Amino acid sequence: MDMLINPTVVELSRLQFALTALYHFLFVPLTLGMTFILATMETVYVITGKPIYKEMTQFWGKLFGINFALGVATGLTMEFEFGTNWSMYSHFVGDIFGTPLAIEGLMAFFMESTFVGVMFFGWERMSRKAHLVVTYLVALGSNLSALWILIANGFMQDPRGGTFDPNTMRMQFSSFIELIFNPDAQAKFVHTSIAGFVTGSMFVMGISAYYLLTNKRKDIALRSFRIAALFGVISSIGVITLGDALGYIDGQKQPTKLAAMEAIWNTDYNTVSASWNLIAIPSRAEQKNVFAVSIPYILTPLLTHSETTVIPGIIQLEQEAKPKIVNGIKAMIALKEYNADHSNTQALTTFKQYENDMGYGFLAMQFAPDQDLKKINATNLPSVLDKTAKDTIPNVWVEFWSFRLMVAAGFFMLALFAFAAYFSLKNEIEKHPGLLKLAMWSISLPWVAVEFGWITAENGRQPWSVFGWLPTFVSASTHSVGYMVFSLIGFTLLYSSFIAAELYLMFKYARLGPQEDHHGHGAEPAGGGMAGQPTFAKLSMDRK
Amino acid sequence: MDAYVDLKVFWFLILGILLMGLAIMVGMDMGVGTLMRFVGKTDGERREALNIVGPHWDGNQVWFILGGGAIFAAFPTLYATSFSVFYIVMILLLFSMIMRPVAFEYRSKVPTQRWRDSWDWVFLLSGALPMIIYGAAMGNILEGVGFHFGWDGQYYQTESFIWYLLNPFAILCGVLSLSLAIYQGGTMLMIRGSGALYDRARNYASVGGLLALVLFVIGGFMVSGMKGFQLISGDPGMPANPVSGQTVEMVKGAWMANYSAHPILWLVPLLGLVGMVLGVLALRANKPTLGWWMGALAWIGTVGAVGTSMFPFLMPSTDNINQSLTVWNSTGSEYNLIWMTIFGLIFLPIIISYTAWCFRVMRGKVAAPDTQDDHAY
Repeated sequence: MDMLINPTVVELSRLQFALTALYHFLFVPLTLGMTFILATMETVYVITGKPIYKEMTQFWGKLFGINFALGVATGLTMEFEFGTNWSMYSHFVGDIFGTPLAIEGLMAFFMESTFVGVMFFGWERMSRKAHLVVTYLVALGSNLSALWILIANGFMQDPRGGTFDPNTMRMQFSSFIELIFNPDAQAKFVHTSIAGFVTGSMFVMGISAYYLLTNKRKDIALRSFRIAALFGVISSIGVITLGDALGYIDGQKQPTKLAAMEAIWNTDYNTVSASWNLIAIPSRAEQKNVFAVSIPYILTPLLTHSETTVIPGIIQLEQEAKPKIVNGIKAMIALKEYNADHSNTQALTTFKQYENDMGYGFLAMQFAPDQDLKKINATNLPSVLDKTAKDTIPNVWVEFWSFRLMVAAGFFMLALFAFAAYFSLKNEIEKHPGLLKLAMWSISLPWVAVEFGWITAENGRQPWSVFGWLPTFVSASTHSVGYMVFSLIGFTLLYSSFIAAELYLMFKYARLGPQEDHHGHGAEPAGGGMAGQPTFAKLSMDRK
Repeated sequence: MDAYVDLKVFWFLILGILLMGLAIMVGMDMGVGTLMRFVGKTDGERREALNIVGPHWDGNQVWFILGGGAIFAAFPTLYATSFSVFYIVMILLLFSMIMRPVAFEYRSKVPTQRWRDSWDWVFLLSGALPMIIYGAAMGNILEGVGFHFGWDGQYYQTESFIWYLLNPFAILCGVLSLSLAIYQGGTMLMIRGSGALYDRARNYASVGGLLALVLFVIGGFMVSGMKGFQLISGDPGMPANPVSGQTVEMVKGAWMANYSAHPILWLVPLLGLVGMVLGVLALRANKPTLGWWMGALAWIGTVGAVGTSMFPFLMPSTDNINQSLTVWNSTGSEYNLIWMTIFGLIFLPIIISYTAWCFRVMRGKVAAPDTQDDHAY
């Protein structure tokens, strides 16, 4: 160890990553959903030939564009932040984690970003069908992009497809199939991209409701409302179903996340009567819920889809971690000896024996004297074990409540979409201004759901950056506090001004709405026949 | 093990191609951003300039992102170390890179002079700064960087960022990189622009090309005279671990060793020189499309010359020279490189094809959009 890991730097690095990721994720879901909604509208246009659907595609496309730019901009940060701030993480799992990120660039992001320019600017330069294909390629690209990112994230949640190699001191890629068919990644991809569809639907439905309430372009608003409401019903059913599947998968692989999510401190071996906490105020210090409203008999079937599976509580999980920590300490000491002298086969044998618990040795480092595992002795071992075991549990309060906020927002939106679709299909939606107002005021709800969903997934994975193998504590770059303060201040200033500009423009253009006059841009020179279309740049071939 | 060595070398070449693609395509947009205030005297002219790269900047930017992703996967330790060691400049690079898409999307959406003028400064800053940093980083890497590794592969930095920013050779490389970007951007403005914009772009691009030529020659002499790095021992097929396994020496003129060993490699910097000279001549002859390709050649020669000098080094260390990052000790595993190769071979040709298709669809001269038109960039 060259120098001690500074916990402040680790915490600041975590703060920066969380802020930049949450911020990036303000824009991604809308991109994921809107691309398919735009493609749907344009499909209707190509099939029916009705110009109003083209106008709809272009109008919503403009709002999409304002959002898309920030999604791209903030995505840059994410691609580079592993390297700039998580050097040990990048070194330790780059061989397997970097690959899906690179493939994402090759297969998806390039396609999405290259065609989006043509989608905006190329309406007059190709046939309707060709343009429709371009729009679908943008939609496909953005969703494929989510697929590969979540395959990478799946590896952090449940590391499959990689093997630790003591000679290179990193996890190496060993099975492509295991990496991409990781159940966590698969469920999370579908869950996340459908969450994007919910976001897009809510966005279009809410703004359309505003137009209906203010009598703006009813022809566009009614049609958009219906498409969004139907999209919304289907996708919110999907997101809830897949969310349940994801919880089930995570529960098996990450019992600590599940216990924290449900604030279960003590294991209830009576699986039939075990009760589920609807709301609770968990206390870490007392290791119990100081207040809870619980419903008996539903916990086991709800979480495990069975009647007999025992769900381990936090206190039991901490005890179960202790032998792993002891093994992990042995593994890490042996690994360090082997790395000092690669001919030390005895150290290698010892390491191999305890290899699967090496992550717990890493985890114990922060509680060892001088962060040196060799300084752990019989006297200080119990205290190191105790602290490390407690550290294996994520923040229960955050986990419990962010999960509940996400779920509540999800069910509320399902109900809203269902009513909206029902009245919209009966052509009665305008008779229900209350529902329209509710739809308008609920525009922010999908964002609440997706942000808290991210917190549930990533806070629940703590204290690990790669579950069971690499603690977040050792993953960060060895920056000084000053470096971190510099970048944090910069990100805060930049991102705050961006969101201000984005909201300003979004409100401006959403309020403005689609123009009443189809020839509203008739003042534009050149490029005849582009009435009312966002041709963006007027292109003329006649000049030198 | 032989296949592994071949894969390592192959990915070194791919890394070079990505750095070239990034420099050509992103550099072009950056050059346009840098020049916008100067080639465009009126709002209309500035918007004309923006809309020239308008449909393509987003796709081009992915070269940058793909570069990051590919280095992450194929050279994990290089990614982890270089991005962290250059933290302050990487963060500045990121800040300017993320300001740019926003500037494109937002600049023309509000008609006030103050709003647009502010964003025009953003274009200048977010165009020039990344190109200076791109070149300066390469310059710093040629000189060697102060870092070493702990036993577990964690890096430790031993030089202040002030050095990276204010070091004469690095500054020279930064200005060289910016000059090439100005050349490439100016050429693109000529291809799709007209009138006064065309004439001004032609002048700036010519100056950029000539400046690049001078700096490239001076830089070449500086590289030949500086202390380079030489691999004394180290098995090319070794497991990728920079902590131990190779011995390195710092020798004056070592960066010329590959050229001495294989004189045919002189063709690489020569291509760069030819690109710069013919490029400027092409612009004077009003042949901007030819000039664009010559600019691409100039970049290929410049980035290629750095790679040829350094091979097999990726990022030498001045702190513990034996822990210098090389192609042999910091690539991904063999299994990973095989998969990366498969995906690269399938998708790179596809990407190049549809990029070409999109440029073809959007070809032609761009006129200044109407001032009231809030649809255009």
